[in-house]
Amino acid sequence: MTVLVIAEHDHHTLAEVTRRAVTAATALDGDVHVLVLGQDCAPAAQQAAALSGVAKVLVCDAPLYAHPLAESMARAVLARAGEYTALVAAASSQGKDLMPRVAAGLDVSQVSDITAIEAPDTFQRPIYAGNVLARVVCEEAIKVLTVRPTAFAPAADGGQAEVVAIPAGEDPGLSRHVDATMTRSERPDLGSARVVVSGGRGVGDEGGFALLAEVADALHAALGASRAAVDAGYMPNDCQVGQTGKVVAPELYIAAGISGAIQHWAGMKDSRVIVAINRDEEAPLMQVADYALVADLNQALPALRDGLKALAEKGA
Amino acid sequence: MKVLVPVKRVVDYNVRVRPRPDGTGVDTAHAKMSMNPFDEIAMEEAMRLKEGGVVDEVVAVSIGSGDCQDTLRSALAFGADRALLLESDTTDFEPVVISRILAAVVAEEAPDLVIMGKQAIDDDCNQTAQMLAGRLGWGQGTFACRLEVQDGEARVTREVDGGTRTVALSLPAVVSTDLRLNEPRYLKLPNIMKAKKKPLDRRAVAELGVDLTARTRVVAVTAPPERGPGVRVASVEELLDRLKNEAQVI
Amino acid sequence: MPFDVVIVGAGPAGLAAAIRLRQRATEQGEDLSVCVLEKGSEVGAHILSGAIVEPRALDELLPDWREQGAPLNTPARKDRFLWLTRRRAIPLMAPPQMHNKGNYIVSLGNLCRWLARQAEALGVEILPGFPAAEILYDDQGAVRGVATADMGRNPDGSEGLRFEPGVELHARQTLFCEGCHGSLAKQLMTRFDLRRDCDPQTYGLGIKELWEVDSPLHEPGRVVHTVGWPLDNGTYGGSFLYHLDERRVAVGLIVGLDYANPYLSPFEEMQRFKTHPAIRPLFEGGRRIAYGARALVEGGWQSLPRLSFPGGFIAGDSSGFLNVPKIKGTHNAMKSGMTAAEAILDRLRGEAPEGTDADDLRQRLEATWVMRELRRARNIRPAFRRGLWPGITLSAMDTYLLRGRAPWTLHHREDHAQLRPAAVSRPIDYPRPDGRITFDRLASVFLSNTHHEEGQPVHLKLRDATKPTALNLPVYDGPEARYCPAGVYEYVDNGNGGQRLQINAQNCVHCKTCDIKDPGQNIDWCVPQGGDGPNYPDL
Repeated sequence: MTVLVIAEHDHHTLAEVTRRAVTAATALDGDVHVLVLGQDCAPAAQQAAALSGVAKVLVCDAPLYAHPLAESMARAVLARAGEYTALVAAASSQGKDLMPRVAAGLDVSQVSDITAIEAPDTFQRPIYAGNVLARVVCEEAIKVLTVRPTAFAPAADGGQAEVVAIPAGEDPGLSRHVDATMTRSERPDLGSARVVVSGGRGVGDEGGFALLAEVADALHAALGASRAAVDAGYMPNDCQVGQTGKVVAPELYIAAGISGAIQHWAGMKDSRVIVAINRDEEAPLMQVADYALVADLNQALPALRDGLKALAEKGA
Repeated sequence: MKVLVPVKRVVDYNVRVRPRPDGTGVDTAHAKMSMNPFDEIAMEEAMRLKEGGVVDEVVAVSIGSGDCQDTLRSALAFGADRALLLESDTTDFEPVVISRILAAVVAEEAPDLVIMGKQAIDDDCNQTAQMLAGRLGWGQGTFACRLEVQDGEARVTREVDGGTRTVALSLPAVVSTDLRLNEPRYLKLPNIMKAKKKPLDRRAVAELGVDLTARTRVVAVTAPPERGPGVRVASVEELLDRLKNEAQVI
Repeated sequence: MPFDVVIVGAGPAGLAAAIRLRQRATEQGEDLSVCVLEKGSEVGAHILSGAIVEPRALDELLPDWREQGAPLNTPARKDRFLWLTRRRAIPLMAPPQMHNKGNYIVSLGNLCRWLARQAEALGVEILPGFPAAEILYDDQGAVRGVATADMGRNPDGSEGLRFEPGVELHARQTLFCEGCHGSLAKQLMTRFDLRRDCDPQTYGLGIKELWEVDSPLHEPGRVVHTVGWPLDNGTYGGSFLYHLDERRVAVGLIVGLDYANPYLSPFEEMQRFKTHPAIRPLFEGGRRIAYGARALVEGGWQSLPRLSFPGGFIAGDSSGFLNVPKIKGTHNAMKSGMTAAEAILDRLRGEAPEGTDADDLRQRLEATWVMRELRRARNIRPAFRRGLWPGITLSAMDTYLLRGRAPWTLHHREDHAQLRPAAVSRPIDYPRPDGRITFDRLASVFLSNTHHEEGQPVHLKLRDATKPTALNLPVYDGPEARYCPAGVYEYVDNGNGGQRLQINAQNCVHCKTCDIKDPGQNIDWCVPQGGDGPNYPDL
């Protein structure tokens, strides 16, 4: 069997989520090819070719793919789909947009947001917002899959795949790119970060949140906030973790000075490891946490930042 | 201009479900059921287009058991002009099957725009809108946080990782809704009463003559592992040590 | 919108009243419009009870309930009554009131869902998701209906972008069946001075969990009640364990809200209860599937207020029909609703003149088994004021020797006045939850499926915002953080070295304990937006 991974990139740099999708693809047994659709995207294609486990990279370099429009990308994928037994993409916003359209073109089911591959046709995926795990068997001749990036490690460099240019398809003429607004941030996105550092009213003031941001940076973590911290104006709206905000499930969730509102808890309870830091040892989140530290945040946050930096230096 | 809004009946988003003890499925007996929240956002957007004079008719459609009438009555209370229930004993069709059924409904109803939730909060698939658009050969504006319809074009601002992207779609098109598109209205008591008298057609899914089979199936469901009791750590040093060596997350 | 009768609350009392009204109207060929308002997102969403139901009232209301598939599926079979010490469980003779032959273990929520379907089939308009927030009065001061809650207000009370004002429902007669300590009933008590001839109401807090057990000890129909540990001898309360079908067990602990130690935490007592060596094995390897809490009335006969006022009545546990020694109230609540239906019809037909001082509902009830039963049981609960053993002794005397016909009546005191200052109380060191048998508050509240839309005014209103830190914290060490079974109340740093009360209103499970137990009577529990609150599946 041969697997085609549809790459995500900004033409110059291959996205981290694609490295993770490649890892998932290698678990399906068989050669892994990567399809890079873009404009002036040779650098991204080279990076894909350098990934360990990748046998071949198909590059389609054309103005049509200057922007990731599902209508034209799906056509390009479908033109090649017959050569593969599985089509894989990260369950990122791009993968989620594109892959079902591909599946419809093949009239097959798709398995979304896979968190574990048990066999080439058997997958695990969360349903009901992660409250239930489903084991899904897919018997389609061509499997269309999206994989949750945080569930797979990024593929390492070390490969030397051949890079093959393929011709561009036709413009379906259904959609047109107008503009894009990317909030450039060194921090990872809250929804897909491996580590989230989150603060509540107990963090105190702007100074406290600046400290929290330094801790987040030391961990390469996304920044989150409780409703109370957002309401108090310390953090922007889109940082709010909780039912009406975002539901997150990172590997590590550090909650600093967060009170016991159920929404916040529901928004982060599926995190693998939860750390709570609070001055009050009876605070409800302290009961929930895997590791609870009773401490004054004014002292704990700088100590945490410095400790993390020291660890990083030791590791490097 | 006509808008079709597919709506799904799901376990209410405040209700925590759990697997049946034998793992064959999710226990939804006695659970409160509601309209999928993303579909409520779709209904709201359709109503705003109608109230803005862009759209003349809003038709809601649901697929499933007779109980889906409740969901359609909610859609009618939102302000949909009429509703269509495609009845079946099967309530858990795969998205690929739903997209076949909806394509058949689109062929009959000939809407200019389909607005639907980006995903149902039960199976969390996030597929049906894209599949429907692909099947129909229409443009797709997924995860919409802003929608404008003018000059035969739908301009959709989409929520994507790290920002937004705006696309222009020629009509007809399919739009799927994200959380920030709007905040659905509260249903007014008098409108709930009125909705009981609006037209609601019921037909058997089988009448459409589409293929209802899918080759993907859920074989088991389990609860995620329970969280054990936590530990108190005495210092930042101990915390870092445990995170590194015990939990191995840093 | 005009109706003949508006009923507030779709619990057993309200639904029984609605069904009886439409039954009578149909018999007489009358056109009678009946509307039931329910604050929960659906009927049953806010219903929580043990529960063992005595089918007596149901037999009278819907004699064919068996054929109609009423969810009374588990007959109570075996009664056990245990006295727990820290390590031992000593069987006691179950008093006769506690015998449950002919009764059923049920989910009261599911029974209400079924009753609602019967009511709708009879033409009752049921409106879930619409709480009655305000009582409407006419020029003469008689009740003429209610207004539903506004939707879409901002936290400061101003109108938000999606604001929808409440709707006035006008009624010829309005029946209040909000359950224990109803927020509108509380206003009616004051407005019409309905408590002028009775004792204060007393309450308990019931905390309940539903488990799916994996133990050979499971036996459908088994009923176990305990007294004693983990509660101290001065605190009234006890547990229940009801074995349902499908490997389910309902377990709960009821703590009398006249407890004195401000350090007592009913929630943690409940968690601790499950760790008793005689109790724990049942839950080992099992799964907790639901959690909830609700205050219940314990005052009985001598605490029953006047039930009638111009324009309407109060029925069910808003007035207080629970029979404490029986540990049951559903049958009485339903019967009181059915009797209220008759009293309403009397008034609508002009057969019972309003505006007099007569309590026409009470008069009708006096002729029923409800009042006989309550009168007989009246001295049991107050006997426990001096502790467990004096209580058992006195109530055994009352039950076996006097058979409820004592020439005296023991009286009640107000629960909120019983709290002792922290300085003279002993802190209680509760064990940490283990995540298997015992749990923390947040994980528990999560299972109540409670939800309150963010960005609305806090529905737990402080009369005096300074009182928590002026009285509750210094004198009682912040008891609300412990008596609230949902973690609504938290004292947190105020940023100036002191503390302030944080109200996590979203966590609220609508149990009403804070409105009852707050030592300064400073909290008014008001209805939040429609549909908010817990979503109990099978409680």
